[in-house]
Amino acid sequence: MRLVILDDYAQSSEWAAKYICNRIIQFNPSEDRYFTLGLPTGSTPYGCYQKLIQYHRSGDLSFKYVKTFNMDEYVGLPRSHPQSYHSYMWNNFFKHIDINPANAHILDGNADDLEEECQKYEEKIQEAGGIQLFVGGIGPDGHIAFNEPGSSLVSRTRVKTLAKDTIMANARFFDNDLSKVPTMALTVGVGTVMDAKEVLILITGAHKALALSRAIEEGVNHMWTVSAFQQHPTTTFVCDEDATLELRVKTVKYFKGTRTPDTMRDTVECLLQIHKTHVDRLGELP
Amino acid sequence: MPSNKSVSDAPITQFINCRILRDHHLQREDLWVREGRILDPEKLFFDEKGYADERVDCEGSIIAPGFIDVQINGGYGIDFSQPSNDVSSGISLVAQKILEHGVTSFCPTLVTSPPSVYHKVLPQVKVHGGGRHGAGVLGFHLEGPFISLEKKGAHPEQYLRTFSSGGKDDLMETYGGLDNVAMVTLAPELPNSQSAVRELCQRGITVSLGHSVANLSQAEEAVQAGASFITHLFNAMLPFHHRDPGIVGLLTSDQIPPGRMVYYGMIADGIHTNPAALRIAHRAHPSGLVLVTDAITAMGLPPGRHTLGQQVVEIQGLHAYVAGCSVEEALEGASLHPAQLLGISHKKGNLDYGSDADLVLLDDALNVKATYISGEEVWRRGA
Repeated sequence: MRLVILDDYAQSSEWAAKYICNRIIQFNPSEDRYFTLGLPTGSTPYGCYQKLIQYHRSGDLSFKYVKTFNMDEYVGLPRSHPQSYHSYMWNNFFKHIDINPANAHILDGNADDLEEECQKYEEKIQEAGGIQLFVGGIGPDGHIAFNEPGSSLVSRTRVKTLAKDTIMANARFFDNDLSKVPTMALTVGVGTVMDAKEVLILITGAHKALALSRAIEEGVNHMWTVSAFQQHPTTTFVCDEDATLELRVKTVKYFKGTRTPDTMRDTVECLLQIHKTHVDRLGELP
Repeated sequence: MPSNKSVSDAPITQFINCRILRDHHLQREDLWVREGRILDPEKLFFDEKGYADERVDCEGSIIAPGFIDVQINGGYGIDFSQPSNDVSSGISLVAQKILEHGVTSFCPTLVTSPPSVYHKVLPQVKVHGGGRHGAGVLGFHLEGPFISLEKKGAHPEQYLRTFSSGGKDDLMETYGGLDNVAMVTLAPELPNSQSAVRELCQRGITVSLGHSVANLSQAEEAVQAGASFITHLFNAMLPFHHRDPGIVGLLTSDQIPPGRMVYYGMIADGIHTNPAALRIAHRAHPSGLVLVTDAITAMGLPPGRHTLGQQVVEIQGLHAYVAGCSVEEALEGASLHPAQLLGISHKKGNLDYGSDADLVLLDDALNVKATYISGEEVWRRGA
């Protein structure tokens, strides 16, 4: 696992966006070989999307040969509802880039047969050749997508009932009327994300600090489903300072690296420095 | 990128780099058009997996719904009330010229005339859509002859009439027919006016109060019978009086039936109405403001330019004079409110999905850069 700790939300959003951009450019996608990207929603990845749009607008990044698969969507919410994840993706990402609409996949929470919809989604991912890079976030309770505490760590795309906490947290988007908040969602499973070649988890903010510490400093546990990624060969956690508040000092120092004036020159270069410049050396970014 | 052909073969146009008037605000948002109507791009993306065939770079312009002028008596040497044998070509000429000013639909207005004129002129012009040939005709606005003698203004006295036969008959006798009529201005204090008001409303014709000495109760009765507009507020009516506000009092009357609204026409050129009076009206009832030109044939400058210039200046003037009247409110006074008044806001006067793509591209000073009708460019500055 790599843990990349940036100073603040803006920096971590930018780092993540550069990383994604580099991966796509390095892959050099084409008509016969699409780059498949798994995508999240929510306030955490918003800054990252803004940066990706900027790279697209400046001509550095095209999504013409990229296929996307979103993690989740509410059940029973009209697709055009401002709180649906379709609306989120359209307004915050798709409408600003050049992706082919046929390649932008989001689970349909209004399908007649929800289980069949989930099954078909797994098949679509297979047909696309699997996910190259799955980008995700983490909930305050350590969940990834809607894989709430207690979800199987080998789960696949399925219908989930939302936790009470999640419903309460969402109420503010539905005029604080609990009856209007969706109670179920379709979500990719932990197993589905684990199948990806590479995973990038974005975590920002002090309210996510406890979840991060449980996810990477404790054991693999289905009560903190993000912990499953300790067993993935290529996972990167990108976070800001605030998200590290519950980590042990030792953990943070290890990943940031210690620096004293005389060791700078010839001893092990600071890990964070490596990570920070990693994204800048690759690709043709300004 | 070619559009997906699953639902329609028609090409899709995407207007980019623009600010559009939507939900009462100017927003940095693209505008999509297909088959002459505003298209929902999110639906296009997810349902049809479609995208744009053509992109129009608006270079930062404002896109507002095309302007709608419900009171225009002529222009460019044309007087709509002249009983010519070829009224159509006169109207066509004006319709073409007003495109330069962002007007995409209008109501040719006839002032008080003898029945012979109405009988001759009305049948010659049908309601029709706009296009390269000119702005669309929404129907005639018949201002008179059922108006007050004391407030005739510039109307010819000898042709004023009253409702002697009891409403409907008078209308048919005078006008000859009511097809292709969008609005009638009358004075509600004339006896028997109520049945005329009801008859007109039943036919879907907007009834406006004007050129009248009605008091507030008479005006309110007319509104209850269906009237919904005030022709050039303040002009040709009794002035506001604190014990009887007259027609002006409709702006804040509590006798308006629920769900109904009274709109008021305003010639905001600073001449017909003192800007301070305009501000009072706007503050009292901002959502009822309808900007009109009331342009006539012979004005110092070519009437069209005066019209457009006037309308644009008015908007600017409103902006400058009326604190709290924003650009958005002024633009809505020239598009959304007239459409609501005429009951056509489901397809005109706004940039909602499904509405007709009648558009006007403006620069920040609200000068017209280009005009579109049903998604087709019908005028461009400098072209």
